[in-house]
Order: sequence, then structure tokens, then C-alpha cells
Amino acid sequence: MADLTRLTAAELSQKLQAREISSVDVTRAHLDRIAAVDGDIHAFLHVSSAALATAADVDTRRGDGEKLGPLAGVPIAIKDVLCTFDMPSTAGSKILEGWVPPYDATVVRKLREAHLVPLGKTNMDEFAMGSSTEHSAFGPTHNPWDLDRIPGGSGGGSAAAVAAYEAPLALGSDTGGSIRQPAAVTGSVGVKPTYGGVSRYGAIALASSLDQVGPVTRTVLDAALLHDVIGGYDPRDSTSLKDPWPSFADAARTGARDRSLKGVRVGVVKQLNGDGFQVGVRDRFAESLEVLAAAGAEIVEVSAPNFEYAIAAYYLILPAEASSNLAKFDSVRFGLRVNPKGGGTVEDVMAATREAGFGPEVKRRIILGTYALSAGYYDAYYGSAQKVRTLIQRDFDAAFERADVLISPAAPTTAFKLGEKLEDPLAMYLNDVTTIPANLAGIPGMGLPMGLAPEDGLPTGIQLMAPARADVRLYSVGAALEALLEDRWGHTLISQAPELAVAR
Amino acid sequence: MAKAELMDFDKALELFEPVLGFEVHVELNTRTKMFSDAPNFFGGEPNTNITPVDLGLPGSLPVVNEQAIRYSISLGLALGCEIAPSSRFARKNYFYPDLAKNYQISQYDEPIAHDGNVEVELPNGKVFQVSIERAHMEEDAGKLTHVGGATGRIQGAEYSLVDYNRAGVPLVEIVTNMISGAEHDAPELAKAYVSTIRDIVVSLGISDAKMERGNLRCDANISLSPRGSGKLGTRTETKNVNSLRSVERAIRYEIQRQAAILAKGGTITQETRHWHEDTGVTSAGRPKSDADDYRYFPEPDLLPVEPSEALIAELRAALPEAPAIRRRRLKEAWAFTDLEFQDVQNSGLVTEIELTVAAGAAPAQARKWWTGEIARLANLASVDASSLVSPLHVSELVAMIDNGELTDRLARQVLEGVIAGEGSPAEVTKSRGLVVVSDDGALIAAIDEALAAQPDVLEKIRDGKVQAAGAVIGAVMKAMKGTADAARVRELVLERAQQ
Repeated sequence: MADLTRLTAAELSQKLQAREISSVDVTRAHLDRIAAVDGDIHAFLHVSSAALATAADVDTRRGDGEKLGPLAGVPIAIKDVLCTFDMPSTAGSKILEGWVPPYDATVVRKLREAHLVPLGKTNMDEFAMGSSTEHSAFGPTHNPWDLDRIPGGSGGGSAAAVAAYEAPLALGSDTGGSIRQPAAVTGSVGVKPTYGGVSRYGAIALASSLDQVGPVTRTVLDAALLHDVIGGYDPRDSTSLKDPWPSFADAARTGARDRSLKGVRVGVVKQLNGDGFQVGVRDRFAESLEVLAAAGAEIVEVSAPNFEYAIAAYYLILPAEASSNLAKFDSVRFGLRVNPKGGGTVEDVMAATREAGFGPEVKRRIILGTYALSAGYYDAYYGSAQKVRTLIQRDFDAAFERADVLISPAAPTTAFKLGEKLEDPLAMYLNDVTTIPANLAGIPGMGLPMGLAPEDGLPTGIQLMAPARADVRLYSVGAALEALLEDRWGHTLISQAPELAVAR
Repeated sequence: MAKAELMDFDKALELFEPVLGFEVHVELNTRTKMFSDAPNFFGGEPNTNITPVDLGLPGSLPVVNEQAIRYSISLGLALGCEIAPSSRFARKNYFYPDLAKNYQISQYDEPIAHDGNVEVELPNGKVFQVSIERAHMEEDAGKLTHVGGATGRIQGAEYSLVDYNRAGVPLVEIVTNMISGAEHDAPELAKAYVSTIRDIVVSLGISDAKMERGNLRCDANISLSPRGSGKLGTRTETKNVNSLRSVERAIRYEIQRQAAILAKGGTITQETRHWHEDTGVTSAGRPKSDADDYRYFPEPDLLPVEPSEALIAELRAALPEAPAIRRRRLKEAWAFTDLEFQDVQNSGLVTEIELTVAAGAAPAQARKWWTGEIARLANLASVDASSLVSPLHVSELVAMIDNGELTDRLARQVLEGVIAGEGSPAEVTKSRGLVVVSDDGALIAAIDEALAAQPDVLEKIRDGKVQAAGAVIGAVMKAMKGTADAARVRELVLERAQQ
């Protein structure tokens, strides 16, 4: 049998529905792949012991003639920031080591209801704070393209899992680029939906006003299929949108079939491209622009003058919300408890627990956020940051009057070396310069492969952005661009990844 | 606990002007909690009425209870407040083990209701206008039990237990503006204000409003301003005031305590103080300063609360009559003296009397029966008078007295029967055979006998000393075992004595 791990979710779906293969076959193939390569990659923090049983159940249902959704029987990896009632959910932190929530996140519940097969939980920067997955309390994830390099972050585990063929699909979460930037540096596809498009219930919060759960895959169509499963209104999330959503999979199929961008106005954001970007990234971006124009797109340059303040605003709003969201980790009701020597008051226990349980980046951001919210500083920091946020939203509004979608590189560089930026938080923060504005404005964004940088042979990614609620444009334009680029190259990008050594 | 030095109350008022302020927390009696679908029921097995939201488990999110919004708007309207077209929740950040998330979701700078006014009438008839700064929604915290110490307080305890059943119970906090000018009436005003708030929430049906159960909690702020100084003093905030009587006592105590300190040149520490019901004193709690930093910021997990104008209009139209207006209306309609009306109010039976009058009874009769015999029986049985008998039955009883079918004494027996569940007053009268003797023949025989037995009384009546007839009337009533109509007996006694 052909290697089932090389198939896309859409292909697996077709073969499962045609009963050419069973979910048990597919699931076993992926579990074997995890066993073979994850010692080097370390994409997974936990591998489910129930996956094969779940797959067998789906096969039985299919055998019984039950009407199943398109992704039924397809395995999926789940970022460890999402609560799962049958697996530990640690958010990459020592403070939650071994914690099994008594409930499923809404997106996980939807996966189960659609009969996808959870394979396990993926590695991430602790509480999603980071751009390299090096801030995981359980050790870094390695980039399948080059094991000495970072897989991006915070969702490096999910991106590496799909790039290394350990899973066809994964869930991620994106607060400032944690889905799109890892996609860019691993040659995979990631989507941050419109804020409110996917429920946050059961996603361990980093910054509530920025967090959004989304798909991580190897193709645009797979992302669309997964988005169709996880999206929609959830009464348990007050910020969830009640909008009806079109089929993203239909949009992706149409986009790939027509390969036409006639009449589509594509805005190039002046501030998200230029000298600070790696030369190979700029070259590949220029190539994508050519391809888009050749397919009939109207390329316009748009300016977003306030993006210059986006990182500064983001690193006030995020730590402020995070400092409050992370206050609950106090040892009283769940998670790690550290009793100080000789006992002490509840405050002493809380302090000792947080001292031992949080890593340095988490502590850094809690301190920053606590400071930014303090009386006397609130207006200057948090208040000003919120004003910048409004200005950035206005920049987007103006840009979308001239363009249907906006594009930029998804990350300024290819994957950097593990350890390269660990001691320089500011350099690490700057890696999210392209992705942060979409989170601040609540608009949807997609990262997808745009080719290899000639100088280092590593993947680069392009970012598409659409107005809030217009996620469907990402899928139609994204699928068209993906198909046009692959036509030009004569292969998929991911097929160029080096073969990994397989443990026996 | 060392007893603080106190200054005589009148002396304190000579030297200082008291300035008051109140924060009253009202627990709403919604079916579920403020931000979760856990039952809003505090009590029972600890940590049973909880969901991941109430425990602040990672990933859980709050969802606002629509009923709590409606109740809060109704309360805001009843307090004469403006309802904000858009209000917001904020996070109040502080670490405490009874606070599951280590922040409380509360409204901060954008409350749902603001700028209101409440009319408060004191027992002496004085009326104060208490200005309301705001009424805002928030969630309650869990409850700590300190184990191992002698006092049950945290000092000396070995460990503490947390019950999160109360975590997330919906609260509205009503905050007054500073109240000055109450002078000697300050303690009474405090009591009357809280009592008025209780009347309002009870009339709205939005809270069980039992202070002893913590449904209604009052934090009383008080400071003393030296006469003629024009300067505000430092305030204390007294908590744990669990009854109307305590509100009055606590304010009086704080005035006397602060006055004693200030008169000696001391300074008041800005702090919370704990009221001790048993000893009648307050003790120092946590120091509180305006610089307490709760790092408030808008709650990003919730959208602004934006009630439609239609909803506000609907709730406004459904408001019950304001207690103050109703009081004035009833007092006028019933023509009671101030003292009588106060009696009625203190009895808590205004509604029962109103319904009894509506069913046809004279106000004086309704008052007499409810605050008299029925209240007495309720007291004996330790139950609420309103639970004993219906206003309709009381009205029927009064009507039977009015038309001579029952004497007061018989009516009391009938009432017993009604309370015992034997039926309506008419049914009880019939089944117990309690009929007023209206046959003059039987009465005359009894009267003649009594007059013959007391010839000296007969002489006195004939000499015009009519009041002497009482002895004969009493004897006749006794002989008739209370079944006679006393008025008719009196008429007949006077008539027979002249023959």
C-alpha cells in the first residue's frame, strides 16, 4: 500500500469514503510515522492511546452505513493549548504538567462529533508565548526541513507535525502569528480565522482579545475542510460570531479549479515588505506577485502607516491580558503545587508554585503586563495601545476599500537556528511583525508556501489577509495561488523537504 | 479584643458632623449564576453547584446571565437611575483563594445604572433623599472556612477550606454618594436606607433579601468632619453588618469611636472594620487606601451590555409601585395615625392588610386582626403571619363580625379553626357551632338573673351611674359563654334596669 501519511486530508477523505482504506489503516500509519520520526522532531507532547479505538469506531460506523462528515476517520493533531478530557492539556507549561481537564474545548468536541481521530497533543511555546517553540517547558520542537532550526512558534508542534507527515491535519491557535509564522517556516498552510469565527471555549487563554483557533495543514483545501468543521457560533464563547459561514472547502475547490484571479484587487502592504526582510523572502514574494498578476489580479500598493506601532501595542495588550489570564494558576484548584520549605501561608504557596511552574518568558510577560495595567501607567501603556489598535483597524478599513485581499510575506525570514534568538526577546518579538496587525484588527489571515529561499533552501511563506468575516476570500484566492505556484514549480513545496531519518 | 474608647453620642455630634456612604450588595435570585449555568444556590454539599467556569478552570469562559441583566435594569430603574445604553464588565485583579480566577468580573467605570435617588423615611417621619451614584453588576466569590483555630477566623487556623458554590452568584452593588446632614439621625437613617433598599428588591422580586443569609449585605462608610472645619474626615468601611439593627448600632458605634480618637488629637486609619454582632463593637480589618491597585481593565471575554430601549421601556412599565409612594398612598387611604402606620410597617404586613382591605374589610379592622391576634399566633408558632391565613379569610371574618354573626371572642375561635385548616370562617363557624345568640328572650332571662344577683349595681344604674352596668354585662356574657353580642346585652341591661 502507498504511504498513507503522504496523502492530504482531502485525498484520505475520498479513499475513506470509497472504502479503499480504513481509518484504522490511516491512523496506524500516522502513529507509526510518529514513532519513527518524533524522537527527532518532538512535535508531540502526548500521543493518544485511544486513537486506534476511535478509528475502529469510525470504520464500524461507516460499515453500518452511518452518514459521516467528509473528514470522518482522518487523524488530527491538537495543539496542547486546547482542552481535551482524555489527554493532558499543559499549554507547554510545567504548571499544568499532567493536568487532564474535565471537559473538551468546543473545537475538540466538534472534531469528535465529526469523527476525526485525535492523534495527540502538540508542542508549543509555554502558554503560546514565543515564535520558536523553544519556550516549551518540555523541550523544543525541531523543523523537519532542518533539525537545527526552529519550527516557528508558538505552534511549532502542530506545523512540524503536518510538515513531517506525522498528521495530515492539526489545530493551532494564533494570538500574534502562532499559526501563520510556523506555517511559513515549515512550508505548510495555516489560517487564523476572523476573531469570533471559531470558539475559544476550552482554549487556554493567552490574550483573550487576540486569541483565535485555526487549522494547520499541508494544503489550502485541507485547511478549508477543517475550518468548515471547527467554525461557527458557540453560546459558551460570548465573543463568538453568530454569522452563517459559507463552505470554505467549496471556495477552495473553486479557486483551485478556475486558477483565475480576474478582477480580484490584491493590495500589497507597503509597510510589510522591504529592507528588513530576508532577500530570498523578498524574491519569492515578487514571484508570487507576478503569478497573481498573470492570473488577472489587479495589484495595488496600499499603505498602513500605523502598522509601525503594531508590535509595541501588541506587546502591551498581550502581556496585560496574559497577566490577568494566568493569575488562576495558583495551585489552589488544579495543576502544580509547590509547598515552600517549612510551610507558609496560601500566598507563600502561590508564590512558590508560580516561581517554579512558570518559565522565564511567561514571567517576563506577566511582569510587563502587570506593570502596564498599574494605576498611573494604565493610560500611558494599555490605554495608548488600545488607541493604536483602533488606528490599525482604520488602516485596514482604508486598505480594504482599495483591495479585496491584502498580501505580505508571512514572516520576514526563513527558519532561524535553535538558540539564535533565545537570549534576545526583542529580536524574537520582531519576527511577528507581519502577522500581528491581523490579530490587533480581528481580521482573518492565511499563511501558505511561496517557495524556497535560494540562499538557504528553506521555505518561505506568503500571508493573505481579508476583511473581518470574509474568510472565504482567503480560501478562494489562496487555493488559486497555491495551484498557480505549483503549476509554475511543477511540484508541491512540501515535496521538496528532505527525507527524515527513520528510527527503527 | 480591647474595647475602644467611646465618646458620648450627643457629645460626638456636638463636635463633629457625620458623613455617611453605603455600599449595599444584593444577591439576585436568578436560576443560574452570573456567568455560568451552575444553579444559583448557595448551601448544600460544598463544591457541588459549580462548573469549570465557576472554578476558573483553564480555557473556561464567562457568559452573561440575561435574567441578571433584566433584574439589574429593573433595580436601577426602581432606584431612579439612568440605565446606560452601553455598559461594560471589567476585571478586578487580586489574589485571594476564594476568588477562582484571581480576578473578579465586575463593572468598573461603566456601570449599568447610575445617578439615581432613593427617598428614605425615618420612623420619626423625617424624609431624606439619598443620592445613588451607581448600581453595578458583579460576581460573588467563594466562601472560606478556617479550620483549627479557636475563633474560626484566619488567625490561628491550621488550614482553610474553600467552597465555590457561592462563586459566581450574581450581585448588584448599590453605591450611594456621600450623605451629609443626617446629624443625630445618622444611625436611624442608615437602618432606614438599608430597609428601603430591602423593600425595593422585595417588591421587584429579584432577591430573597434576607440579611442574615447574606442575600443583602451592607458596607457602611463613615467619617467625621470637625464642625466648622469644612474638611472631610478619614473614613472607615464597616463590613459584616448582617441585620438592620446592626446597621444602626454599627454606625452609632463608629461615630462614638472615631469621635473619641479625634477629640484626643488622634487620627483615623483608613481601613475596613469588622462588625461583631455579639459584642457590639467593630475591629480593625484590612488597611484600605485609595491607592489599592486592582489593575482594572475591560473584560475581553465579554461584550458590552447594550440593552435595547424597548427592553428598558418594558421593564420600566413592569415596575411595581415604589415603596415610598405606596406607603404615602396607603397611609392616606387608611387614615391611620403615624404610630399606627409605623406599627403596620414594622409588622411587615402592609401587603396582607392592603389585600384584606381590598377584599372589603375596614382598614382599622384589618390592621387590628393582622397586627393583633394573627401576629400573636404567628409569634407563638415562630412562623410568618402571612403564612397562617389568607387576606380573603381575614376579610370574611371581619365581615361576619360587622354584621353581628360573630363576636370578637367567637371570631378568635373561628380564626384558630381557619388556621388549623378546617375551612373558611363561615365553614368553621358552622362546623364548630359557634353562633351568636341573638334571641332576646334568652338574654333577658340571663340579665334579669344577673340584676337580681347584684341589687347594688341595679341601684347605681338607676341613679344614672351607667358605667356600673359593666359588671352585669360581664356576668351575662360569662353566662352565655361568649355567644352573646355585647352591644345588644348592654342595651338590654339598661332597658331592664329601668323597669
